[in-house]
Amino acid sequence: MPMKFTVVILGAPEGSLSSRSALEFCHALLEQNHQIERLFFYADGVHNASSLIAPPQDEADLPASWSQLINEYKLDAVVCIAAALKRGILDHNEQTRYEKNAANLGACFSLSGLGQLIAASSVSDRTITFGS
Amino acid sequence: MSTLHTVNKSPFENNSLTSCLQLCSGEDSILLIEDGTYGGCESSPCREPLTRLMEDGINVYVLENDASARGLHTFLQGVELVDYPGFVKLSCTHQCIQSWY
Repeated sequence: MPMKFTVVILGAPEGSLSSRSALEFCHALLEQNHQIERLFFYADGVHNASSLIAPPQDEADLPASWSQLINEYKLDAVVCIAAALKRGILDHNEQTRYEKNAANLGACFSLSGLGQLIAASSVSDRTITFGS
Repeated sequence: MSTLHTVNKSPFENNSLTSCLQLCSGEDSILLIEDGTYGGCESSPCREPLTRLMEDGINVYVLENDASARGLHTFLQGVELVDYPGFVKLSCTHQCIQSWY
């Protein structure tokens, strides 16, 4: 029977293996017709939402792979706003608010609070965390 | 409540597997992923408690993709290999998922 999942990603695309594990898990979930209620990027996991990461061509581009998955399945991808701001991940609103010279949040992500994790988790059958 | 415990750190450098083993009981299962796969090897520093838990009926799994990426092919007796689709199935058959990292 299909289940609803909330997936929490705590690892950055660089320096951690867990972003890739989470991505592979999500692919397997969707292939088995389960639903992803929400992806929640938290702590160093917020770096996956940067549109400015440019890895060498012979290395995996995890932020691009996340964006592809999110767009393909029209997933709800929320990035913790507090964790994002202090790591330099900003959308246009925050760029204006803090008078910074650039915004870099990927188009398929949205910045919001931890409440979004609780809300998703409360309506999901399972919540799984991929630690850093 | 049955819990799937995932462990992603090597027991050679981190005590997350040791902590997990102390809290694992009943209908729980353990899935070793990423560097956690080293914990299922015959030379694992957690060999004794892990073997004891398996004798008590706890299922221990190793994520095959991560193990083979590290050249790990032999594991403690009783350890089973799973792939990502198997990981998803374990997530569904247990009532909650606890990550140790």
